[in-house]
Amino acid sequence: MTLPQAFFAYIGGMIVVLSLLVVTRKNPVHSVMWMLLLFVHIAALYLFLNAEFLAAIQIIVYAGAILVLFLFVIMLLNLRKEETEKRFQRQWPFGAGIGVVLAVFFVLIVGKIDVIPPLGQYSIDAIRSEGHIMTVGKVLYTEFLLPFEIASLILLVAIIGAVVLAKKRVE
Amino acid sequence: MVPLSWYIVLSAIVFSIGVFGFLARRNLIIVFMSVELMLNSVNISLVAFSHYLQSMRGQILVFFIITVAAAEAAIGLAILIAFYRNNPTIKVDEINLLKG
Amino acid sequence: MLKYTLIPLLPLISFIINILFGRSIIKSKAHWIAIPAVAGSFVLALSAFMDVMAGNVININVYTWILSGNFQVPVGFLIDQLTAIMLIVVTSISTLIFIYSVGYMHGDGGYYRFFAYLSLFVFSMLVLVMANNFLLLYFGWEAVGLCSYFLIGFWFHKKSAADAGKKAFIVNRFGDFGFGLGVILVFLTFGSLEYTQVFSNANIALGQTINILGTDVDLITLICLLLFCGAVGKSAQMPLHVWLPDAMEGPTPVSALIHAATMVTAGVFLVARCNPLFSLSHTAMNTVAIVGGVTAIFAASIGLVQNDIKRVIAYSTVSQLGYMFLALGVGAYSAAIFHLYTHAYFKALLFLGSGSVIHALHDEQNMQNMGGLKKYMPVTYAVFIIATLSITGIPGLAGFFSKDEILWRAYLGGELGRGMWLLGTVAALMTAFYSWRLIYLTFHGKFRGTHEKEHHLHESPKVITVPLMFLAVGAVLAGYVGIPPLLREHGDRIGEFLAPVLGHPQGEGSHSEELMVMGASIFVALAGWGVAYMMYVKNAELPKKIGSMFRPIHNLLYNKYYVDELYSKTFVQPILKMSDKVILGFFDAKIIEGIVNGVPNLIGAFSRQFRKVQTGLLSNYGLAMALGALAIIGYVIFMR
Repeated sequence: MTLPQAFFAYIGGMIVVLSLLVVTRKNPVHSVMWMLLLFVHIAALYLFLNAEFLAAIQIIVYAGAILVLFLFVIMLLNLRKEETEKRFQRQWPFGAGIGVVLAVFFVLIVGKIDVIPPLGQYSIDAIRSEGHIMTVGKVLYTEFLLPFEIASLILLVAIIGAVVLAKKRVE
Repeated sequence: MVPLSWYIVLSAIVFSIGVFGFLARRNLIIVFMSVELMLNSVNISLVAFSHYLQSMRGQILVFFIITVAAAEAAIGLAILIAFYRNNPTIKVDEINLLKG
Repeated sequence: MLKYTLIPLLPLISFIINILFGRSIIKSKAHWIAIPAVAGSFVLALSAFMDVMAGNVININVYTWILSGNFQVPVGFLIDQLTAIMLIVVTSISTLIFIYSVGYMHGDGGYYRFFAYLSLFVFSMLVLVMANNFLLLYFGWEAVGLCSYFLIGFWFHKKSAADAGKKAFIVNRFGDFGFGLGVILVFLTFGSLEYTQVFSNANIALGQTINILGTDVDLITLICLLLFCGAVGKSAQMPLHVWLPDAMEGPTPVSALIHAATMVTAGVFLVARCNPLFSLSHTAMNTVAIVGGVTAIFAASIGLVQNDIKRVIAYSTVSQLGYMFLALGVGAYSAAIFHLYTHAYFKALLFLGSGSVIHALHDEQNMQNMGGLKKYMPVTYAVFIIATLSITGIPGLAGFFSKDEILWRAYLGGELGRGMWLLGTVAALMTAFYSWRLIYLTFHGKFRGTHEKEHHLHESPKVITVPLMFLAVGAVLAGYVGIPPLLREHGDRIGEFLAPVLGHPQGEGSHSEELMVMGASIFVALAGWGVAYMMYVKNAELPKKIGSMFRPIHNLLYNKYYVDELYSKTFVQPILKMSDKVILGFFDAKIIEGIVNGVPNLIGAFSRQFRKVQTGLLSNYGLAMALGALAIIGYVIFMR
């Protein structure tokens, strides 16, 4: 086992374990904490894949913004008594079964991938020569300019929507 | 080198855990987090593909997915709060307003 | 080409404008659209007539209506000598009647509707006569039937009018059913519906037989009899004549236009048009002749005793149509068309005259309540006299020439024809009698109605009397295109004109025989007149005495041989009863309602169970979705 493989084994193992912890903890605050750790590991995986910018985004947006939002909501709702109740629904064995079967299916699919498209121009060296952020930026602002603008619109709509929905009605 | 298939298998396992969480948990907030988990698993495979195919598109897509995930979390949680205000429960199996 | 297309199109445009905008915009101005339209058709028809006179037969296809394999039906017009004459008759009479209607229908609530339907009728009739194939003819045929339904039931709030409209429509259906089968059989036999192809190949059907329920039937005879079925219905011949007298419930201009001058002649036109087919079948020809002759005397005998002024004229119409079929049956097609043409004028005149009388008497139709109108309505009286002289066949007027031609041709038509001639002559006697009876009862003697009505008696306005005068001129002069060769060399110009389409009649007779036939018809015309004069002027008590002396016969005639009652007993009542029991009681209540109620009940029961699937729980939906996704992925992995 080479060093990268060992690293991947650690990161991968941690990600799986942390995911399981996230979906099984009774207290949602604990889940959020485990998720924070999970996101850090995923960011590390991105780094491992030479995607520094995405790793940074992962930490800033997911860990910094979305998880904090979750925490806010949990605090806001003040769900003390929830902790004493059952954590799974009645149909949970179905959920588990489907999850396992789905995983098996996906693994089977991996063996079926036989078409490898031609390699693109963004080799590791190419990215390294100008830096990841610049590479992403160039692609984003040229080829994907329109989707980028649309993404900004989606965010705008989300802001307005969230405010409208969560605001207390003033009669 | 780490083979591409390892990443995909990892992504598949995390996605399946997310599906399990979505289907099994009662707490609506955890259900939301399961959705985020699934999105992240997809991100992992996309970045891996991007790396191994030496293409930027996968990463750009991840970028958009993160955007949408943020928007979705904001809206979803806002709906949750608005809902909780009327029905003080966030147990998925107690919310059946859709029942005909 | 546009010129010919416009002939039927102008009335159609008038119909569309009037029916769409009549209620809201046009209202009582409807005639400003309808009359120019139909007058325009008349002018175009005249010009088409000139073209035909110059020797051109026009056959144009405007549009491909139906195209399915080798089944081709164009919307196409054939204007030959026969159609040209029909065009002149239809458009000229229509124009005059449209003008007349302005006065007659003045102030009626459905004024615009009336002109819309009349326009539609003229359109349909023009399509009928101008069609160059059987299907378009059938279209026109059904369309005039529809219009006649609209117009007979024009005052639909009156139950009798609505019933009469239905009766006309349903009785016509019997004939049209046969006609439709005939058209189909024509296509099966000749592979085409166009006149030119069918008629030029008429001989191929000769000698063929078709197997119906185990018996072989001569094909050409069957085709002709089926087509004749339609003609019997539309032209109100025995045994489908019952609708025409009832159709008098419609407004009088309608009676004049549809039930005297044009629509009812469609049957005559059809048989004349199909003469190449009919000429091949002796049986069919004899059937036509017998139906015509029997109808002529049958209807005339009913007309003897009727009291409703319009019904008398209606039976007279049936009787005169009988003459035309009689002529067709003995092969004298041009004589039939000639009579059709003269009859259109004097019969329209009679109807419009009676309309004038009815108008003056405020919708009184019973002749027993009339009398002495001579001094109040001189113009109407005068035109009535002219029309009566014409219809009874007094020499010098239109009716004489055409009727004499028919009787002479019948006389030449072998043994059967001789018998038919006898029937026709007796019918002529009756015609003379009831026509003069009508005059004497209506215009002579003392007024027998209420004082109230007598006070209001007046001559009709100009818009009514002027068309009457025009028609009177037609009733006098129309006959001079067909003077018998006996009286003037080459006098039978209409016969010569029509010969390319209808051929020359068969049979030769000596001059003395022809003079004898002519003398006989003049004699019976005068005799009928004389008897009527004796009974209704000289000795007014006589009709009652005779009536009570021959009470059974009088009742039989007065009740129209109980034909209506017979049909009611044999057809109408059983069908109504069966409809009530089987259709309504069983089929409708059990099967239809069973289906109608059963299906929703089934769905309801099913949904009550199925609704349980919809738990309203997010996770259940998620589970279903995940299972679906699994199924798709499984398919992709294992099946491909």
